[in-house]
Amino acid sequence: MDIVNLTIDNKPVVVKSGTTILEAASGVGMHIPTLCHMKLEDLNIENKPGGCRICVVEVEGRRNLAPACCTDVSEGMKINTHSMRVINARRTVMELILSDHPFDCLICAKSGNCDLQDMAHNLGIREIHYKGEQSTYREDTSPAIIREVDKCIMCRRCETMCNEVQTVGVLSAINRGFESVVSPAFEMNLDHSVCTYCGQCVAVCPTGALTEVDETGKVIRALSDPTKTVIVQTAPAVRAALGEEFGMEAGSLVTGKLVAALRRLGFDHVFDTDFAADLTIMEEGTELLNRLGKHLAGDKEVKLPILTSCCPAWVKFFEHQFPEMKDIPSTARSPQQMFGAIAKTYFADQLGIKREDMVVVSIMPCVAKKYECGRDEFKTNDNPDVDHALTTRELAALIKLSNIDFTALPNEDFDNPLGESTGAGVIFGTTGGVIEAAVRTAYEVHTKKELPKLDFEELRGMEGIREATIDFDGLPIKIGIAHGLGNARKLLEDIQAGKSEFHAIEIMSCPGGCIGGGGQPYHHGDAGILKKRQAALYTEDKNKTLRKSHENPHIIELYEKFLGEPMSEKAHHLLHTEYFDRT
Amino acid sequence: MTKIKSLADLRKMKEEAQSKIKLRENSTNPDQVVQVKVGMATCGIASGAKDTMKYFVEELEQEAIDAVVTQTGCMGYCYAEPTVEVKLPGKEPLVYGHVNKEKVHEIIDKYIKRGELVDGIIPVSFKTIDD
Amino acid sequence: MTDYKMHLLICGGTGCKASESDEIKNRLNQLIGDLGLADEVQVVLTGCFGFCEKGPIIKVLPDNTFYVQVTPNDVVEIVEEHIVKGRPVKRLLYTDPNSAEQISDSKGMDFYKKQIRIALKNCGFINPENIDEYIARDGYQALGKCLSELTPEEVIKEVKDSGLRGRGGGGFPTGLKWEITKNVENDQKYVVCNADEGDPGAFMDRSILEGDPHSVLEAMAICGYCIGADKGLVYIRAEYPLAIQRLKIAIKQAEEYGLIGDDILGTGFNFHIELRYGAGAFVCGEETALIHSMEGLRGEPTFKPPFPSVSGYMGKPTNVNNVETFANIPVILNKGAEWFSKIGTEKSKGTKVFALAGKINNVGLIEVPMGTTLREVIYDIGGGIKDGKEFKAVQTGGPSGGCLTKDSLDIPIDYDNLLASGSMMGSGGMIVMDESDCMVSIAKFYLDFTLEESCGKCTPCRVGNKRLYELLDKITQGKGEEQDIEKLKDLSVVIKDTALCGLGQTSPNPVLSTISNFEHEYKAHVHDGKCPAGQCKSLLRYDIVEDLCTGCTLCFRNCPVGAISGERRAPHFIDQTLCIKCGVCFEKCKFNAITLT
Repeated sequence: MDIVNLTIDNKPVVVKSGTTILEAASGVGMHIPTLCHMKLEDLNIENKPGGCRICVVEVEGRRNLAPACCTDVSEGMKINTHSMRVINARRTVMELILSDHPFDCLICAKSGNCDLQDMAHNLGIREIHYKGEQSTYREDTSPAIIREVDKCIMCRRCETMCNEVQTVGVLSAINRGFESVVSPAFEMNLDHSVCTYCGQCVAVCPTGALTEVDETGKVIRALSDPTKTVIVQTAPAVRAALGEEFGMEAGSLVTGKLVAALRRLGFDHVFDTDFAADLTIMEEGTELLNRLGKHLAGDKEVKLPILTSCCPAWVKFFEHQFPEMKDIPSTARSPQQMFGAIAKTYFADQLGIKREDMVVVSIMPCVAKKYECGRDEFKTNDNPDVDHALTTRELAALIKLSNIDFTALPNEDFDNPLGESTGAGVIFGTTGGVIEAAVRTAYEVHTKKELPKLDFEELRGMEGIREATIDFDGLPIKIGIAHGLGNARKLLEDIQAGKSEFHAIEIMSCPGGCIGGGGQPYHHGDAGILKKRQAALYTEDKNKTLRKSHENPHIIELYEKFLGEPMSEKAHHLLHTEYFDRT
Repeated sequence: MTKIKSLADLRKMKEEAQSKIKLRENSTNPDQVVQVKVGMATCGIASGAKDTMKYFVEELEQEAIDAVVTQTGCMGYCYAEPTVEVKLPGKEPLVYGHVNKEKVHEIIDKYIKRGELVDGIIPVSFKTIDD
Repeated sequence: MTDYKMHLLICGGTGCKASESDEIKNRLNQLIGDLGLADEVQVVLTGCFGFCEKGPIIKVLPDNTFYVQVTPNDVVEIVEEHIVKGRPVKRLLYTDPNSAEQISDSKGMDFYKKQIRIALKNCGFINPENIDEYIARDGYQALGKCLSELTPEEVIKEVKDSGLRGRGGGGFPTGLKWEITKNVENDQKYVVCNADEGDPGAFMDRSILEGDPHSVLEAMAICGYCIGADKGLVYIRAEYPLAIQRLKIAIKQAEEYGLIGDDILGTGFNFHIELRYGAGAFVCGEETALIHSMEGLRGEPTFKPPFPSVSGYMGKPTNVNNVETFANIPVILNKGAEWFSKIGTEKSKGTKVFALAGKINNVGLIEVPMGTTLREVIYDIGGGIKDGKEFKAVQTGGPSGGCLTKDSLDIPIDYDNLLASGSMMGSGGMIVMDESDCMVSIAKFYLDFTLEESCGKCTPCRVGNKRLYELLDKITQGKGEEQDIEKLKDLSVVIKDTALCGLGQTSPNPVLSTISNFEHEYKAHVHDGKCPAGQCKSLLRYDIVEDLCTGCTLCFRNCPVGAISGERRAPHFIDQTLCIKCGVCFEKCKFNAITLT
């Protein structure tokens, strides 16, 4: 039977069979509260352990209450979503959760953004009737993520992200009963594990159990130090999401306000990581063409496909999981690190200051970037190319802290020379964007012809793995795209098995790419937000006069004045890197 | 071990195997089979009770009669050793005296198989405390 | 050929092995060999006889002599007296505690009189490590018949007609479960035997696997034939080494005979069985948790549906039955559904194995027809309450069940009656309590167990049970408050209503049933600060009666915490703030000068 008739709160409802009570109810405008359940439509991600028991409803004739999130409807079902029995059970369950949760809401990093707090509020909890022992665990701090395990409510969302989506397998439930909690195996520290710091656990945590390392304090200190020149770069995905932190519609583009806010915060120069993204295309695109050229010339040694390397979580992933393939990804550094390297050489020289007197701050949609800028190969004399990486959320906090009325800010432009960018740099923030940007440049460099059309719709979308063949004037180039490390793993396994036919593959760790990064404003389970951010980036691209990286005048100037040409020795030294076997 | 190739083989094998634990099966349900108790005290043994028991076991086996042959203590009829108590299902036990190889054959042939009484019955003149 | 004139059956169950039954067997074999009787006397190590209270047990056949609590030192006497001279060793016979009579034949023992053994029919009778003995007892005949003469539908019908219900606790009709799994289309299906027995005090599954492993293997193959599976998995806890060893031997022997493996009995049916080990988590007895554990995942349940019949091991249709359920199958198919369905009550057919434990004389394993009353089990078979004390309650269904009082003693035991009286069948643990057991402490004991064994997945079980435990603990400490009993009830109801799996949904049962039957005991703890059973230490008070105290200083010298003071030949005094209620003074005092209130 395909159609099921039932009643929800005395309202007749007709739905397809296989629908859950939760879905059926929401279809008729009744929102049964959920806590552990999370479904990211389009991304095929669902966390449905049926563990929290907040969503229980009364089903006539059933012995006990049914969890709405994982109970399918059946013919003639009579459901009551808010009977006395249901409300009592729901509130008791909530009280139980709270009875084992620290009461430090006022000073919790998640306060105001906490699903648990909202739920307690919505259920009108005013008293905990069942007080008792609270479980305590030590705090685990890593270069990017902090685990305050006391706050874990065993919703298992992070576990779903870490295991099923990312196939990293660091976080899972350990211990039993009251002591059970989500943790790396043997309660080891995150930084001893194979964690990639992708931050998807942070992105979905409904409480303050998983948060990013807060570096706003360090940035404030740098900004108030008169001996330092503090420059800032901001990643493409930030401008499509920051507005959400200030009550703006998801998908609002706030590039101009972002620049204005950064300037008001006191940064000496406000630059754009998009500039570095254009630079990345120059290097990575050239590398692709080199490898491709050798391949076509019959060189059997050359490694194809080339894999993008902008994403630090992805880099750490293959260093742990596929170390034998570490010579396949492009050696190009990520835009954040290219920016840092150029800023502390080329731009510092222009200003006539020592690198030690320059502080480079980056605003990233990402928590892994915090880890990336701490990697030893990105330091000179122990001085990092990028000093501090703040997440989009941290920037929002900084703006609020500095009494800036964000929505009222005027639109301002980036500074130069490191603030100029093309549409190609902008779309780095979404899945498919890096490879599209690379194709725009590689095509024209290879064919010496102008592209008739810049929008490669075949590379866009939200499918976890996508593929397309681009005609390079008679030469078919096969492109693969994966976002989410689980999808990346599939493509890597194909390469390992010798089954891969791609010439180039773009990989981003986070579902949706950087727009869905672990440092972005919380989506609270609404994947529609990610699509709106994605659309915003494509709009920004479209509105740019320059849309191809190799046309960026400041990039051309940079090569002319400083680097020479892509893949030159200097470029190699500053813009490329190496990978390590971390097993 | 060789594989059992069919249900028929399995059934055949069961019958072979059954004989090995028949003693256990029968003694679990002694009332349904012939019970033979051989007096096996010093006096009985001296008079050849061990052989008598052996004959019983072998002959009953040969005749394929379900029976339990057990040894027991002195029955008190030392003058008539070896003494043997035979109990058929549903009947009172009888005690035979001077049971040698021929007598064993006769008891099995006539009494156990056909229910005919055989000479040499010792009248039971006492009750045990269990009664 | 019957070579042996005498069989000595020695219990080789885990309990009796712990009491040196292996050594007894070795000495017997040696002595018998020395006397040249090795061809006449067979010594067999069998599975459990069930009468564990008095183990190790030796049964001498054909005369059915039943020796109890045999030690290796008794071997010489048994051989010289019984085997050589035919005189039973009287001092090793069982003495009926009620009549004080010695009983030589196990058939005369009350313990066995009311039992009917179906699942346990071979336990204590055959050598579990010898497949021939199993075959001699109709072993694999049912499988042979099914494969050669019956269609899967016919076999399922027979199992359905028998009325057999799952013996693991839930009581779901076995035949129906098979039919459901059969009707799910898939190339690969699995048969899983749930041998993750975890109720405190229950050990029937272990005993069946130790005493009659082939019965389970045969039934699994039959089930595989019915549902269309060619692979069987036994999920067994690693803490059952003997059962594992015997299963391994049994699988090997059955494979050598071609009774498990490819083309069984030339019928073209293939069925392979493997073992999977559990780490001993109670929750892994829940079938979805069990399957996850087998898959190498965390042993925690998932929401049903989908049921394992549809999506089980590796996402394939999987039929999960427990050990005792499987052990019934060959007998049902050999003797017929009609025969089986005549045993038991209207809705619960056949027998049930119970593990008797607690304050009962005959601790052990018994199998009785459904419909036997608790009174018969406790008094006739179990021999009544230990030390002549008064019966107070019996817990069935383990930590998921409830306690039943003397009002329920005459209820015929079956699935529905136990449920109706506020308990449940469970896997068959039966723990008997006497007047000295405090019911609040009993509830606390079971909560402590579920707390330990909860997987922690759902809130009500993870946190709710902890809070229940804390409330009970508070009450036993004498710190209970007026509203605590109501809180216990309210919270229990919500936990039952909201927990994810059977473990959580039933975990408050011991609390609710002890409150409903013994609320006065809870109230005595809360209102009067007294534990009527005298079990809650915090509520005890030892005092010295001045008039009776001679000042002998014995209590003073024995008190481990220096809570007693006083001059020699003058009345002593207990400092209540220091006293740890150990009771040493009470025991030591020769003048009854110390009172316990």
